[in-house]
Amino acid sequence: MTDRLSPSPWRRVLALGLAALGTVALAAPPAPVPASSMASRVLACTACHGKEGRATQEGYFPRIAGKPEGYLANQLLNFRDGRRSYPQMGYLIEHLTDDYLREMAAHFAALDVPYPPPPAPQAPPAVLERGRALVQQGDAARRIPACVQCHGAAMTGVAPAIPGLLGLPRDYLNSQLGAWKTGQRRAHAPDCMADVARQLTPDDVSAISAWLAAQPVPGGGKPATALPAAMPARCGGVADVPVAVGATGAAR
Amino acid sequence: MKRILWTLSSVMAAFGIAAAAVVGLNLRGEVPLPAAETLRSTPELVARGEYLARAGNCMACHTVQGGAPFAGGRGIETPFGVVHSSNLTPDKAHGIGGWTSAEFWRAMHHGRSKDGRLLYPAFPYPNYTQVTREDADAIYAYLQSLPAASDANRPHALRFPYDTQAALAVWRALFFAPGEPVVEVAQTAEHNRGAYLVNGLGHCTACHTPRNALGATTEARAFTGGLIPVQNWYAPALNAANEAGVKQWPTEDVVALLKTGVAPHGSVLGPMAEVVFRSTQYLTDADARAMAVYLQALPQHDRAAPAPSAPPAAALARGGKVYEQQCAQCHGDQGQGEPGAFPALAGNRAVVLADPTNLLRVVLQGGYLPATAGNPRPHGMPPFQHLLSDEDVAAVATYVRNSWGNQSPGVGTIEVYRARERRGL
Repeated sequence: MTDRLSPSPWRRVLALGLAALGTVALAAPPAPVPASSMASRVLACTACHGKEGRATQEGYFPRIAGKPEGYLANQLLNFRDGRRSYPQMGYLIEHLTDDYLREMAAHFAALDVPYPPPPAPQAPPAVLERGRALVQQGDAARRIPACVQCHGAAMTGVAPAIPGLLGLPRDYLNSQLGAWKTGQRRAHAPDCMADVARQLTPDDVSAISAWLAAQPVPGGGKPATALPAAMPARCGGVADVPVAVGATGAAR
Repeated sequence: MKRILWTLSSVMAAFGIAAAAVVGLNLRGEVPLPAAETLRSTPELVARGEYLARAGNCMACHTVQGGAPFAGGRGIETPFGVVHSSNLTPDKAHGIGGWTSAEFWRAMHHGRSKDGRLLYPAFPYPNYTQVTREDADAIYAYLQSLPAASDANRPHALRFPYDTQAALAVWRALFFAPGEPVVEVAQTAEHNRGAYLVNGLGHCTACHTPRNALGATTEARAFTGGLIPVQNWYAPALNAANEAGVKQWPTEDVVALLKTGVAPHGSVLGPMAEVVFRSTQYLTDADARAMAVYLQALPQHDRAAPAPSAPPAAALARGGKVYEQQCAQCHGDQGQGEPGAFPALAGNRAVVLADPTNLLRVVLQGGYLPATAGNPRPHGMPPFQHLLSDEDVAAVATYVRNSWGNQSPGVGTIEVYRARERRGL
């Protein structure tokens, strides 16, 4: 019953993914979701974001399961208050309170569901290499910090407010970086990500998205709890991120 | 030569008469503004004004998404163009910081701005005209207590001739007369309080009454329901048992709907979700009850049910399949729903409305009930616009309108297409 929103091809992909990871998955029939549960209250979200928020094969809507709680909460507030624009999203949550949106964020953040393997790379090796270099090293000459400096060496984000960059569709990544560049996507001031995105050329964006979308997700995608070094910029909506003591800083 | 002179003077005379007529129409029914007076603001008056401003849902139009409260700038789309709401904060340059309470009352009562301009009735002064001077003063005191926001007012974007004061003067002559609260001596104080709130600040008729070609509502058709222009939601009749009339409901259910957004036999989505979220949930129990009592006492005008006609079997079969795959999980195999979570579709008036617009909008866009103090963690309907084709949406709508005892005309793909295109997103 509870599985009806999930198309069966997806389950096959998931099963393959689990098998590929060498995990023994016991196929149990899904338990009915009690109507009073949070899972039942967020069924409106999972129509697009996939069962349990693990994304669908549709190819655009991002996974939300297991993302940092503060990040998800900030995005819900940004959509509701117009700092991010996706009409369907804004419409759905227009009349929900901060408290309830935070509860929804906590619900999806707490879900620990496996990631499928990444799709095959969809760009030539030179483009992928350019993407990798920008993500891991940035471009000091153009004042572009490396993505890993804030999003973590494993690129799985940092709790509670910095999102991971892996396990997302290329189209979604392209669209977000584009929206940051044009100002259509915003965050609380100071809007550090807008500053970074404005330094990127369309080719940079394309290369970064192509490389990120093709990377496997390590460690179940769990966000880190600290960064190896202080963040290169201050970001609104993001509290001071702890710096790991004695870190040697692969990302430095 | 004589003839030319005669023609010229006739034309000029005609212009003069027309101009005088416009001036006459413009000033029609207005007494001179009372001499400047000062209103003594007290915390009690400000609190009362805040309550009344909520009852009037002023903020919904006078605030842009994520913007400073009451700083204006929201575009109200009408069939005649876009009207932008104005800055109501006490900013001297752009807000109403330089207005007197009398000027504010004149705007509410006569629909005239401080500078003498006639205001567009997207500002619902045909309703607010019934608001008492005392209540207008309280709202004025509240607005003056807000932090000033320096957002400049945006000019309207209306088409000719709707963008002229002359057109507005003619419109007002046809459709607007300043009013007073209507007190029916034969009725209880509670009923009259309800009438005051429903017809005045609540401006319920602004949506729940059909609008004519010039965008006006008429008293004769009040509460008989209407498609909200441009927004494209159908505001159902409040005086018909087969639409959204509440005469048959227990009064406390009507109160619950206004205060929490959900009642045993109905809930609010679309524009009414906003009304409950920003306005009616804040009403005192006594005021919500007064509105309920008045709405229950409206003279009933049941609309003729559309002639039943069996929809094509193919559409029902296709719709039944979509229903089983996408809907039955929550709404139940028999459309019975789940109390407190998912509405029943069997016997649901919103499902079988003659106009299927709302049903299609809900299937396509989904929606959450408003989160209110009385229902803080509402359930939501998923959007299906990405998942279902027009044919599937039409079929499933036809199916739910004709199952479990429901009987209502089938829905075609044209209607789905129109609901998608005019969905206001």
